[in-house]
Order: sequence, then C-alpha cells, then structure tokens
Amino acid sequence: MVVVSASKSPVVAAESLTKKYKDFAAVDGISFEIAQGESFGFLGPNGAGKSTTMRMVGAVSTRTSGSLSVVGLDPNNYGPEIRSQLGVVPQADNLDTELKVRDNLIVYGRYFGLSRSYLGPKADELLEFAQLKEKAKERIDDLSGGMKRRLTIARALINDPRILLLDEPTTGLDPQARHILWDRLFRLKEQGTTLILTTHYMDEAEQLCDRLVVIDKGKIMAEGSPAALIRKYSTREVLELRFGSEHNAAAAKKVEGLGERIEVLPDRVLIYSDNGEATLQKVTETGLNPITSLVRRSSLEDVFLRLTGRSLIE
Amino acid sequence: MSELAASTTETPDLESAKAKALAAGVKPRKYGGWYVAEHRLLSMRTYLQTMVATGVGTPLLYLYAMGVGLATLVDADQGQGLDKVSYLVFVAPALICSAALTTATEEFSYPIMLGFKWNPTFFGMNSAPLEGGQIINGVTYSVLFRLVAQSIVYYLFMLLFGAIPSPLGWLSIFAAVATGTALGTMLMAYASRLEEDKGQFNYIMRFGVIPLTLFSGTFFPLTALPVWLHWIGWISPLWHGTELSRVFAYGYSEPIWLTVTHVVYLVALTAIGWWLARRIAVRRLNK
Amino acid sequence: MTALDSRQTPKVSRPFLLPSLYAGNARSVMQRGVLATASTNWLIVVSGFFEPVFYLLAMGIGLGSFIGTVELPGGQPVPYAAYIAPALLAVAAMNGAIFDSTWNVFFKMNFGKLYDGMLATSLGPFDVALGEIMLALARGFVYACGFMIVMQVLGLNLSWMAILALPSVLLIAFAFASFGMGITSYMKTFQQMDWINFIMLPMFLLSATFFPITVYPTALQWVIQAMPLWHGVELIRGFTTGAIDAATPWHVLYFAVMIVLGMTLTTRRLKALFLK
Ligand SMILES: Nc1ncnc2c1ncn2[C@@H]1O[C@H](COP(=O)(O)OP(=O)(O)O)[C@@H](O)[C@H]1O
Ligand SMILES: [Mg+2]
Repeated sequence: MVVVSASKSPVVAAESLTKKYKDFAAVDGISFEIAQGESFGFLGPNGAGKSTTMRMVGAVSTRTSGSLSVVGLDPNNYGPEIRSQLGVVPQADNLDTELKVRDNLIVYGRYFGLSRSYLGPKADELLEFAQLKEKAKERIDDLSGGMKRRLTIARALINDPRILLLDEPTTGLDPQARHILWDRLFRLKEQGTTLILTTHYMDEAEQLCDRLVVIDKGKIMAEGSPAALIRKYSTREVLELRFGSEHNAAAAKKVEGLGERIEVLPDRVLIYSDNGEATLQKVTETGLNPITSLVRRSSLEDVFLRLTGRSLIE
Repeated sequence: MSELAASTTETPDLESAKAKALAAGVKPRKYGGWYVAEHRLLSMRTYLQTMVATGVGTPLLYLYAMGVGLATLVDADQGQGLDKVSYLVFVAPALICSAALTTATEEFSYPIMLGFKWNPTFFGMNSAPLEGGQIINGVTYSVLFRLVAQSIVYYLFMLLFGAIPSPLGWLSIFAAVATGTALGTMLMAYASRLEEDKGQFNYIMRFGVIPLTLFSGTFFPLTALPVWLHWIGWISPLWHGTELSRVFAYGYSEPIWLTVTHVVYLVALTAIGWWLARRIAVRRLNK
Repeated sequence: MTALDSRQTPKVSRPFLLPSLYAGNARSVMQRGVLATASTNWLIVVSGFFEPVFYLLAMGIGLGSFIGTVELPGGQPVPYAAYIAPALLAVAAMNGAIFDSTWNVFFKMNFGKLYDGMLATSLGPFDVALGEIMLALARGFVYACGFMIVMQVLGLNLSWMAILALPSVLLIAFAFASFGMGITSYMKTFQQMDWINFIMLPMFLLSATFFPITVYPTALQWVIQAMPLWHGVELIRGFTTGAIDAATPWHVLYFAVMIVLGMTLTTRRLKALFLK
C-alpha cells in the first residue's frame, strides 16, 4: 500500500520492509513513504512493531528484507551518514546520568563532529527551547520525567536534524507535561522539520500527525490523515451506552439497526451514527434505559477498533 | 551537519540532502572513537578526586608496606632478598603491573555494563553517527589514557623508593599498561555480552583477579609454587607482565625468547579481546 | 518476615529502650536477609570465604618459604604463615563488616528502596539497623569458622586458646559494622563511598598484618596503634599463637568502647539513614 503523498521525492521510503527475530516477524512487509516537512505517525498498540520500524529508519537495526532508503541512502551501507541527518528520541531515555544537563547536549553534539565553540551557544539555545535553562547545571537524576523527555528532544536537535524520530514521546507523562511537549513539537513542525513519531494515544496522533499509518502485528492496517481515516472507517459521532456489564449484550441485540454499526465491549455498547443525539432518542424509544449515555465525536480509537476489533490500549 | 547549515527553511531536494548527509558522515566516521574517549574522560572527571587519590596513594602504600616493611623480613631471611636483588627491587615491578590490572578490571567491567544496560548511553551514541566498534575503541582509548597516567605516577614513586636500578626501567610502564589491557579487553568483551548482572564480576574478582594477583610470581617467584600450579603463571597476563617488567626494571635474566613471548602474549590478548569486544558490541547495538 | 494471620493482632511490645525507633523485632529483618541471600546470591557469599584463604596460601605458605619465622612482640618466634593467618582473619572480619554496613546499606537505601518497605510496617529504624548488623555478624562468623578449620588443618593454631578467636571476630565485626553504618548515614554519592576504601587500604597493609610494626619510626607506630585493625590483629594473634599478654584486655576494651560509640552514632543518625 504505497501512497505517494507529495510531489517531492520522499525523505524516507520503505518497500515491503521486514524485520524478523528468529521466526517471528516483528515488522511484516510494510511499505510507506514520508515527504520532506511532513509529520508522519505510526499508531498501534504495544508490540505492533513501531519501535522496531523506528530503529530501522534510524539506521541502528538491520532489516531482514525489503528495501529502505532514508535521505536517499541505504541504511545498510550509510548508517553514520543517515544518522548525521536524524534526531532521535528513543522510547526509553538514555541521557547520560554521569553528566550535567548542559554537558549532555554538548557531549552528544560532539558525536556529530561539531565543534565545541559551535555547541556552547547551540546548547543554550536548545535549553531555552526546551524550557530547561535554569536546569543547565543540574544532575539528570534530579529532573522530572517531562523534563528528561524535553532534554532528550533538545539533545536530538543538537545537529539541526532534517528528520526527527520520536518513539512514544509522551508515554508516561502527566497531561500538563504532554501539552508542553506537543507545543514544542508543533513549533518544530512549523519550522519545517520532518517529524516521524509513534504513539498509542489517539489524541496525540490527531494533534501532531498530518498523515499516519495504523499498524498492528507488524502490518499496516490503514493509512491516511486522521480526518480521512475517521471518515473512512467510522461515523461522525459515536453513542456510548452502559447498561451494566450483565446486560450490555442483551441490550445490544435490541438496538441493532439503530446506527450504522454496533460494537459491544465488555463494559459498554457503542453505536456508530452521524447524529448521536437522534440515535439516543431512538434508543430510549425502544424502552431501554441505559445507566449512562454519552455522545462524542468519532476518534482514531474507533478506527482502530473497527480495523482490529480490539481497543488500542489494553 | 556543519556549522554553516543553520536553519534553512526551504526544503532542498533529495540529491542535495544526500550530498549533505555524505559530507556530514565524514568526520564521525574518522574520529568517532575519539569523541567517545573524550566523553569517557569527561565522565571520569566526576571521579577525579578518588582517581588521583588512588593513583598516588596506592603506589605509596604498597611500595612502603611491601617494599620496605615486608622487605625487612624477606631480606633478613634471604640475606639479600629474592632473585639476587633486594625484595623492594623484586616486588616493585610486580606491584606496578598489579595496580594496572586492578584499574583495568574496574574500567573495563562496570562502565561497559553501565553503557549497555543500566544507563544505556551506548545506544544513544549509536543513534548519533557513531558505530559500535568506535564506541569500544573510545572506551579503550580512555582507559589506556588512565592506565598510562597511573603507571607513570607509579614509576615515579618506584624511582623515589630507589626500586629501579636499570636505565631501561621506564619500560615497566609499557609492561604494566599491557598487563592491564591484556586482561581488560577480554573482560570488556565479556561485559559487552552480559545481559544480566548476577554478580559475575564478583566471581571474576574473587576467583580470577585476586588469585592471579597472588599466584603470578608477584610476591614470590612462580617457581616457589608446586610444579602442578605453574600453569597459573603461564596463562596469567600478570605473570607475563611482571616478568617483563622485571627484565626492564632490574635486568632480571631470562632467555630472550621468553621475553619476546611475554610481549607477544600480552599484545595478542589485548588485540583479541579488543576485536571480540567490537564484534559483540556491533551485534548487541543492532537489535 | 513472619506471616501474620490478618485477623490476629500483631504483637508489638514496645521495648523500654528507644520506644519510637525500636519494635524489638530486629530478628525479622535478619531473617529476610538470610532468605534473600539463600535465594539469590549464596554462591557469592560462599565465594567470600575464599579470599582470605587465597591470601593465606600465597603469602603465608608461598612467600613464607622465603621468610621462615617471625618474632612476636614477646620474642617468641612463629612460622610466617602462623603469623599472618590471625591477621587475615581480623582483616576478613573488618572487610565483611564494613562492606555489609556501608556499601550494602548504601545500595539498599538508595537503589533498592528496601528500607522504605520495611519501615512501612511496625518495624522501627533501630530494628533495621540491628538486623542488618546481626546478619553481617552471622555471615562473618560462618566465614571465621571456615577459616579456623583451614588454619587447624594447616597446623597454624598454636594454642588451644585459638578457639577464643571466634568470639573475637564477632567483637571486631560488631565494632566495625556499628561504626560503618553511622558513617554511611553521611554519605550521598558513590564518590564519597569510595573514600571508605582509602581508610581501609592503609589499615590493611600497615596494621602488623604482614610484618611487625617495629619496622616503622615511633611516630608512625603510634598512629597504627590508634587504629582499630591493629587491635583486632593483635587480639586474635594473641589467641591463635597463645602469646596473650597484658595488652589483651585493652584490645577488648578498645572494641567495647568502639561499639558503644558506634552504636550511639548510628542510633543518632538512624533517622538520616532510613527515614528519608
Ligand atoms: N530484540 C528483540 N528480540 C526479539 N523480539 C523483539 C526484539 N525487539 C522487539 N521484539 C518483539 O517485536 C515485537 C514488536 O516490538 P516493538 O517494535 O518494540 O513494538 P512497539 O514499539 O510497537 O510496542 C514485539 O512482540 C517484541 O516482543
Ligand atoms: Mg515501542
């Protein structure tokens, strides 16, 4: 499922990309292209193969088969060259706890062969960007989770990367820390940095991605912009009904045919329809009395549910 | 990316992106190992105080305790020490090697586990342009630097104690460093493979390094051990290093082929360990 | 820790001493330690026994063949192996006690967060401290017994009084452990912990372990004699060689005072140690 999205040639292009661990295919023949300046997401549950894909794109993991090119080069032969153009934010922070905050940036910049005289001001600029200026002399262990994440992003920017790879950038952060991070990432996007990110949060994907692929068990399930995916795989609105866990299944039978589609989950019944309020009206007319009812806009969660029959976060 | 690259806003096409990447890869490919060494030395700064204290305290204490204190007993009993020289002259070339061995054991074990596992900075380096082999090189350079510095200080103390009669004595520095790297790079290869710390380094210390320190002709000639224990010396980098060190420090007489064997053995072990560690690191980083 | 039936009220008999810090249940802390040791790293623990034995074989027997005999302070000549064996026993007691009360406690405190869990129960910090010390002593005692057997086999116990070396080991270890724990309460970083080795190394090398202190200038002799390890070495050597003299009670007294001071310090610092 190759989708050529832009007129320019893509900065990342993968064709039947596969990674096997022994016999198990963690990434199973996926194809995608990412254009310069685009913000591209991999959405999928834990174990879907997101990190594995990111590591292959990051030129630190050798693919088993298929083809892959990053900035026009093959990672098998041009690892250092490709990585010189990337900023990487791994799923687990690997900041050097033996060094102070600012030294972390400078030392990392040295790996790219950048000079100290260049790195000093650059580090200060990035600390400012990451809102960590007052923490420059602190030890890593004294930073909060959100601060560490921001520092990791600042570190990834030390070489003015063409492409920023972010593996679950906000997992484990509190809502406030997430919003600060999104704001920073949005600025980078505005400045024209190509963002490639993985997430299992729909709101994050909706906020940050121009385009995304939904992946599950190493395979691409769907591809498109968040809005297009919702349009294609879901309805405008969703009515969520709770009848109590004993009665959900029975109630679902009675409301059959009311919406475009019905999904029965252990704790609730979802009715997909373009007008949730109207559907709710019909439900009450059948004489059913849900304990709670909620009308909401459709989200990527619903897309995922539709595609795989499972919730994204289990 | 070069300093000039600043933040250009236009999106250059693929060809120029490629050219830029190729240009940016040159320096890291060439000097990557040195960047890692620079990083390691910067980290060592945190331990500078203790390192200097060890570097100065160890030779002072050991040379005094063994070369002066214990020597009174040995020299009194043997008339003129061991191997026709005073006990101080006999034991000092061994002490410098043993100190290098201890430092190498430390620097090539836990920091490697740290970088791969506890604080996986090696993965961070690898997601920057550096390659696994360069990371291992960098660690080795930095430890070499520390070993050389430490052994020079040790050598100066040996001079001060009057433990070096031979003008070639300064070559003991080489013997000591080679002793350290011979065992150290092997240990580094092992540590690179290690997924879980179940106290393996403790075993290595207790059943490896300590017995080697004690039974490698360090405090008394290997020949004093029963014949069936001599193999410990033959395989021990410390024995080879110590014998070599003695040849340099006081002209200990042994057949020239044996001296050559010491050098070859130490250099070979260093090279094999280094090579193995690089291979293992590359494989481990490429998940 | 002992399993408590949920309906059974735990017996918490607050002892007279230190009621806010001590629940009189150091035993359970010690039992946990024994279980943890048995299930995870018993081999490492066993391996600790070999270190002094290696030293004894190398220095006592190997190097000893180039030394012959050494004169005790009283003038009595003993074989070199018999001279250093008791010293190695004292050193082992010191090393074990210091390791358990400093590095081990430091790790558990800063990384394992083990104590937080313990102190969330009815246990007080004094229970934890005492439990850890007792565990260290138990372990040290087992090592000491093993080493004494080795000495006996090698014929290095020159007197029936050698048996008194065992309680001496406990005394020495208790003194070092109580002090070590107090000192650890001031430690914040690895680098600071490293300095502990800098006090141990000169003690190990210079406290009449490998040669008599008479080789030193008088001033240095005084310094060494102020150090605890020298007293430990002399005390045990007196028993194993049978050369006890008027100094023996003084050595015992030295450690008794050290225990009192160490426990006072540790108790004062308990809150800093465990209640972070
Ligand atoms: N080094 C590895 N060895 C073996 N299996 C692996 C390895 N890395 C990942 N996997 C497996 O590959 C699958 C995909 O993992 P990953 O890419 O980390 O998923 P995600 O990031 O989407 O959660 C998982 O089932 C994981 O267990
Ligand atoms: Mg992942």
